[in-house]
Amino acid sequence: MAVQVKVVRRPEPGSTSYLRAALKGMALTFKHLVNPTSVTLKYPEEQPELSPRWRGTHRMEVHADGRPKCVACGLCPTVCPANCIRLVGGEDDQGNRYPIVYEIDEFRCIFCGMCQEVCPVEAIHVGRHFENGEYTRERFVYDLDRLMEQDHPTTLLWDPSDPRSE
Amino acid sequence: MEMLEPISGFWGLAASALKVLGVFTAVMVVVAYTTLAERKISAWIQDRSGPNRVGPWGMLQPIADGIKNFLKEETMPGTANRFYFVLGPMLAIIPALMTFAVIPFAAPLPTPWGVVDMIVADIPIGVLYVLALSSLGVYGLVISGWASNNKYAFLGSLRASAQMVSYEVALGLSLVPVLMLVGNVTLTQVVAQQQQLDFWFAFPLSLGFILFLISAFAETNRLPFDMPEAESELVTGYHTEYSSMKFSMFFIAEYGHMVTASALMATLFFGGWDLPGTWDDAFWWEGMLISGFDAAGAPIMANPAWWKTVLTLGGFGAKVAFFLFFYIWVRWTLPRFRYDQVMTLGWKVMLPVSLAYVMIVAGTILVLDTIGVSYGFTFGLVLTAVSGVCTAGLLFFLDRDRVIKGASVPTRHDRPVRMPVVEVPLSGD
Repeated sequence: MAVQVKVVRRPEPGSTSYLRAALKGMALTFKHLVNPTSVTLKYPEEQPELSPRWRGTHRMEVHADGRPKCVACGLCPTVCPANCIRLVGGEDDQGNRYPIVYEIDEFRCIFCGMCQEVCPVEAIHVGRHFENGEYTRERFVYDLDRLMEQDHPTTLLWDPSDPRSE
Repeated sequence: MEMLEPISGFWGLAASALKVLGVFTAVMVVVAYTTLAERKISAWIQDRSGPNRVGPWGMLQPIADGIKNFLKEETMPGTANRFYFVLGPMLAIIPALMTFAVIPFAAPLPTPWGVVDMIVADIPIGVLYVLALSSLGVYGLVISGWASNNKYAFLGSLRASAQMVSYEVALGLSLVPVLMLVGNVTLTQVVAQQQQLDFWFAFPLSLGFILFLISAFAETNRLPFDMPEAESELVTGYHTEYSSMKFSMFFIAEYGHMVTASALMATLFFGGWDLPGTWDDAFWWEGMLISGFDAAGAPIMANPAWWKTVLTLGGFGAKVAFFLFFYIWVRWTLPRFRYDQVMTLGWKVMLPVSLAYVMIVAGTILVLDTIGVSYGFTFGLVLTAVSGVCTAGLLFFLDRDRVIKGASVPTRHDRPVRMPVVEVPLSGD
């Protein structure tokens, strides 16, 4: 194994014209001044285009009657590498399991998206959304109601048979 | 017809007070908006947007900056010398704002009470006053750097004093050809004589202009001569320890020097408020406002008008704006000199070249006077040719390491080497 080193040669003394170099530099900067290449995304006015696989703020899918789709199986807190999901499950009269407590700490979360991947009922999702600033740290722990309120688009899961989401 | 006499008495005092107020305000506003222009132009040169949050296109940014600087915490280093630490920023800002007083900025304005000269103080020592005040500017830098009791500030002020002393010589000497042509040191006369010559001095004294331009860059501590600040080496040099409004005063001083230097370049070498043509020419000669002399040597009366004043004021503003732009443009193009290169350029190039140039111009003027060429177009043409040859020669000899050595080092390679593969043994390989 070899490391490639690019050797940049310094010009021989007396071989370069400083005057010409300075004038060329002035011309270059002037060209950019009058005709700037626009690379700035003017963020609050213009929104960035997020990838379909962008993993951001979580959201919980709901049934038509407003109940969360979560069945409190406990797979997401188990798979979560950052241990940021707190789930306390319960059972109603018909024997349906539902989450009593479902909290995600967005500060601990590393947005790996494994909770969405592992969810058997497609309830918890990571979303194509990033503007989740708050004024206090407590507000970053999203409870079930808050997760159900989120309405941003959800992330497309990575499909091994279609690795580029085409 | 209105009286073509200089304004005097009560109305003269009123006009002076108005001019003082107007010029001071104008300089401060120009300084504020030069900082915005600096940020905007640097942004465009680097393909960025620049400040655009405060007001339309960021136009209110200088006001926001000013408010911020007033409200910021004022720090006082424990080991600093309190008296000189406070004195430093004052000494920096006062000369920067005072210099503008002797610069004529428009054609004389006729009023019902007499003709008002568009200059705050038409003192007979004009150029000398400018040189004296620009030398005073360094005291603020040196004192603040020393009083800060900080090694970076100290290094910055040391460099400032060395650089100022070195380039002041060339600055003064590059003005001597101008003064020889004018025969006077008053800046109004400098403008009047450029009108009489039918040439702006930048052409007949092109080398003088180049020397003055370079020295002015060094005197105002702007890139490529910003050794006293040198962010990458000295934090920010002499004003490292300053915060809040004290820092702001150094900032205003720096840009005030820039505005003054631009106005000086416009006045000394680009005709001041003079616009092409003879329609706006006007200067005082033996108590009369005249626009020149006819072939017989009799004075021609000038014909001042308010619209001429406005137009020439615009012309002067455009020239100053161009030089301010040039300052900014150069700053965001050229890298900083190494310290020894600054000193070499100052003492081994600028000083001898400006001395030699004074001799050459003096000789040319002597020859022209002896063979009886009168001060006018032919006179200017000959000087333009002589200076052009000098400029071309100087630029030829300065270039390609002939006088100043760059950072390049001799290499033993005879031909260019493109990406050779260097075997670097790694452990466990």
